Amino acid sequence: MLAESLALTAALFTIGVIGVLTHRNAIIIFMCVELMLTSVNLTFVAFSRFYGAAGQVFVVFVMTVSAAEAAVGLAIIIAIFRHRQTINLKDINLLRG
Amino acid sequence: MEPHYPLFYTFHFYLFGVIALASAIAFVTRKSPVAAALWLVNTMFSLAALFVMLEAEFIGVIQVLVYAGAIMVVFVFVIMLLNLGHPAELAQARGKWWKIAAGVVGLVLLAEIMVISRGGLPRSLVVAPGHNAREVQELNVVGTIAKPLFTEYLLAFELTSVLLLVAIAGAVVLGRGRAVRAR
Repeated sequence: MLAESLALTAALFTIGVIGVLTHRNAIIIFMCVELMLTSVNLTFVAFSRFYGAAGQVFVVFVMTVSAAEAAVGLAIIIAIFRHRQTINLKDINLLRG
Repeated sequence: MEPHYPLFYTFHFYLFGVIALASAIAFVTRKSPVAAALWLVNTMFSLAALFVMLEAEFIGVIQVLVYAGAIMVVFVFVIMLLNLGHPAELAQARGKWWKIAAGVVGLVLLAEIMVISRGGLPRSLVVAPGHNAREVQELNVVGTIAKPLFTEYLLAFELTSVLLLVAIAGAVVLGRGRAVRAR
């Protein structure tokens, strides 16, 4: 089941990348990043069957980092929404030349 | 290297894989953030089922608790808090050329990952066939993860706790806003 897991990981990760590139809603982009992180977890788990349980330890680390990222990212989104009343990335263009 | 799997196992592995993939595609094509979040929860659940089938039961449980339970609830909570569910606030997707470019990037990335995953595995690191099962016998399911976490990777574990503390402080400071400061 290793090859199938890797193929599924590749597909899910690619879907996440396409979502980040095509969406303009900051929250949906964040969810796409979560999808990419989770799909990588599948690789860790699939390999941990052959390389020992250390892969599952790394899954725990990835989950912690993604939880921290979600907390800070959503706080930033709320702060941006307070200032601009929108989270559409088209309207958040202060750095555009 | 891979053992023989019964048809029952293979069927369910493919079933959950297809559910995960279909939910992910539905997730990325939704315009409404709430619908997207619910499809993503579906993807997370089927990935948890796959984790359990790949002999990582603890990770499967944590997946349901942390991802489907905690993180996605926070996402839905923020969507409701900012009142982004109604059509006027829905951010439209990018234009046609952006979509075509994203498709091309996606295809290239997919091909690249497929080619990499076709490469051979380093055989010298592969553990003996019954090694994982014996460890589970010895230490039980949680212990197999806890033992390396608190011995080999202790420094990384401690650093992770610092990271979480920083994230909590950052979220509180960012989310507090101006109203409290003015008081």
